[in-house]
Amino acid sequence: MTTRTDSRVANGVGESVARPDGVPKVTGNFAYASDLVADRMLWGATLRSPHARARLVTLDTSPALAMAGVRAVLSQEDVPGALTFGQEHQDQPVFCDGEARFWGEAVAVVAADDPETARKAIDAIVIEWEPLDPLVDPESAEEQGSVFREMKIRRGDPDAEGEIVIEGYYETASQDQAPLGPEAGIAIPDGEGGLDLHVTTQWVHVDHRQIVACLGVPDDMVRCHPVGMGGAFGAREDISLHIHIALLAQRTGLPVKMVYDRSESFVGHVKRHPSRMWYRHEAATDGTLIKVSARLLLDGGAYAHTSSAVLANAAFFTVGPYRCDNVFVDAAVVKTNNPPCGAMRGFGAVQTCFAYESQMDRLAETVGMSPLELRRHNALVAGDPLNTSGQIIPGSLPTLEVIDALDSIPMPDPLADDDPLHMPGGTGLTTPFSAVRRGVGYAVGLKNVAFSEAFDDFAEARVVLTSSGAEVHTAAMEVGQGLVTLCQQIVRTVLETENVAVIWNDTSSIGSAGSTSASRQTQMTGGAVHAAAVGLRDEILSDHAGDELRGDGVYRNGDLVASIAQVCSNGPVDHWVRFRHPPTEEPDENGQGNVHAGFAVAAHRAVVDVDPELGLVRVVRVDTAQDVGKALNPQALIGQIEGGIMQGVGLAVMEELVIDDGIIKNPTFTDYLLPTFLDAPPVEARIIEEPDSWGPFGAKGAGEPPTISSTPAVVAAIRAATGKALHRAPVRPEDIIGL
Amino acid sequence: MSITCSINGESRTSSAAGFESLLRVLRDDLNLPGSKNACEQGECGSCTVLLNGALVCSCLVMIGDCEGTEITTVEGLADGDMLHSVQTAMVAEGGVQCGFCTPGIVVTGAHLLEHNPNPSEDEIREALSGNLCRCTGYGRIIEAFEKLSGSNA
Repeated sequence: MTTRTDSRVANGVGESVARPDGVPKVTGNFAYASDLVADRMLWGATLRSPHARARLVTLDTSPALAMAGVRAVLSQEDVPGALTFGQEHQDQPVFCDGEARFWGEAVAVVAADDPETARKAIDAIVIEWEPLDPLVDPESAEEQGSVFREMKIRRGDPDAEGEIVIEGYYETASQDQAPLGPEAGIAIPDGEGGLDLHVTTQWVHVDHRQIVACLGVPDDMVRCHPVGMGGAFGAREDISLHIHIALLAQRTGLPVKMVYDRSESFVGHVKRHPSRMWYRHEAATDGTLIKVSARLLLDGGAYAHTSSAVLANAAFFTVGPYRCDNVFVDAAVVKTNNPPCGAMRGFGAVQTCFAYESQMDRLAETVGMSPLELRRHNALVAGDPLNTSGQIIPGSLPTLEVIDALDSIPMPDPLADDDPLHMPGGTGLTTPFSAVRRGVGYAVGLKNVAFSEAFDDFAEARVVLTSSGAEVHTAAMEVGQGLVTLCQQIVRTVLETENVAVIWNDTSSIGSAGSTSASRQTQMTGGAVHAAAVGLRDEILSDHAGDELRGDGVYRNGDLVASIAQVCSNGPVDHWVRFRHPPTEEPDENGQGNVHAGFAVAAHRAVVDVDPELGLVRVVRVDTAQDVGKALNPQALIGQIEGGIMQGVGLAVMEELVIDDGIIKNPTFTDYLLPTFLDAPPVEARIIEEPDSWGPFGAKGAGEPPTISSTPAVVAAIRAATGKALHRAPVRPEDIIGL
Repeated sequence: MSITCSINGESRTSSAAGFESLLRVLRDDLNLPGSKNACEQGECGSCTVLLNGALVCSCLVMIGDCEGTEITTVEGLADGDMLHSVQTAMVAEGGVQCGFCTPGIVVTGAHLLEHNPNPSEDEIREALSGNLCRCTGYGRIIEAFEKLSGSNA
């Protein structure tokens, strides 16, 4: 009889386990959507509107269709099913319906034998437009009632007053997620009238619902498959080319591949909502918040996408991680002829955090407190009512611990040398070294985890035990964040088996895992995998009361009593779970209710050097402390934190979609600047582990908090260095030098 | 037109017209999709390969200019199952997330270490500054190269 003494398996929860797809990714063997090919494959291309708003006068596709090598040209009249799509509201035409409502709106698609022919065919389509005046100013849109959603929050006493009043106006620009993998996919006919789709996405099941509706086919005729993804960050939460290639494959009976180039990617996915925010904080002279009133205005662009949920997040996180009993918010997301907006990491909480943290800094200065002292004094913690919705904060919310941990990180050395590599602007710096100014800034941010407002949020997963190990089956999207590793680690820890494979299921094989967004998959798919593994273990042990399951079998008092082969003698043991987080409610007409399922908090401290003559900024470092519940994989967690911070730094100092009369002026990586190795500040992160009430092992989602408060921390540091008010992110050189 | 060059030590011939980019030929004609197309403009470095030992963005090189050249792509760095030290370090240190930038970073990093076995943090940052990564914030990648730099001391 085998006797074992060790009680745990290697590479389980809490360890920095390397990702299983790491080796294929470093050798070039990992298959991304843009790498997929099929026999007799055609290439698709898209004709887009060159106007932000225009009437389609003439569309003649016959010259394109007459070209050698062109197999199909489709426009609105060729859509067999629903003419519009959308995740929440089906308001976006599959193809232009007679009026283009944003620059880059799809008008027609082509399938041809090769990409060059497809592009030439697009050019051959005869099209005539009558340009119309675009509605591009969000305030005009609000006045005209062109809104996707309006929300009010009315909590507490409208007559409450504080002796200290801080009023401010803030703006954030539109930001692109810029995942390095472009939108790409292939639709493959199955020979029986059905289709298999492999397209970049964050949620195959919600894609599936929209695709079958537009194709006009039963659900079981289309299968959407998880696919290798080059990042996402919100850009892939909504449909891009899915329906177009499905229609082309349906029409031609041949596989159709489409890949957007970078400029097309900039118009082919939704972006972060630009915002305008008017704030009024009232406080007692000791810094205690008495009342916060705000008006929030987000520009949703031409179509709804997830705008209404983004607005709710902005509204519920108007005040941030601070106690306040009197909160009054009027929020609207408007419909314009600007590029459509939707999800991007932080999802509405980014915009308001920039505003409320700017306000908190001004309040701190006015009452003579340090930035962190004011935040500690007002800190919102578990058990408090959320300042906006009034719901009691469930689980953990270690706001004070996060602030204290951030404060304990040593400050960097003062600028010691004039090495141009360490100067703002690098070797381009012409300002004398002695004129460079250093500043330090702080910010704290709050975000909900998972879906809110009574959404039936669930994730399905199956865990299967075979004599050679365990399998996880899920349709959750691994976009790069490392969910694949967490699934393995969770199963290893529960089943004490080392050999765990993750099998990505298509939409016909398993139910939805929900979106890879809202920082939710660690808790939702992680929760489902955990519950399935525990259920599987309990099922096996139901015949072995008091025994223990380990990797090689069932043990009693340290002795093997049934080998895994015996446990699986009737075939693999299988456990399937549909996991839900605690239910949430619709907010009432005053925005009150148990709206969110959980919360996470993070704090950032930024140090910057500024060249005040040229308005150049070098972000010297960004340190952070983050509430994560439990670090399931510390190395992957640090990767999320560092990556998230860099997107926040981008929005603070360089990333802006420049939109003029509805037209994006910088849709390339030459003109839309992303932080590089030389721009990226070092990060020191302190992890705060206070278990949450419903994540696996107490874990919380960790993807979004790093992006939320890093932007205001950097801008606060620039304010400290320059003395400028800086009410807008990103901060441009002209904002610093005062042009 | 027929263009013959040595790719990862193997003689390969492409019947490309000549004006296509090296990247297009690698990916679409020669079944070497490891080099990635993320901007096709020379800004992101995801398509970086070695051309006669020099780092180039393969999206900016015309295949017509590659006759008789020696090219190394990400697929050619490992020696059979033995990963290049840069590949091992990138996986071990968490330098890989979505991985779309990774082929370019691995090729650039291998080139860096070949010419400077013990780079400082500044030298690592400068050498890799033509490679964009949107996932990692670069921290774990720098860590991977610092570990390699130490191991070559």
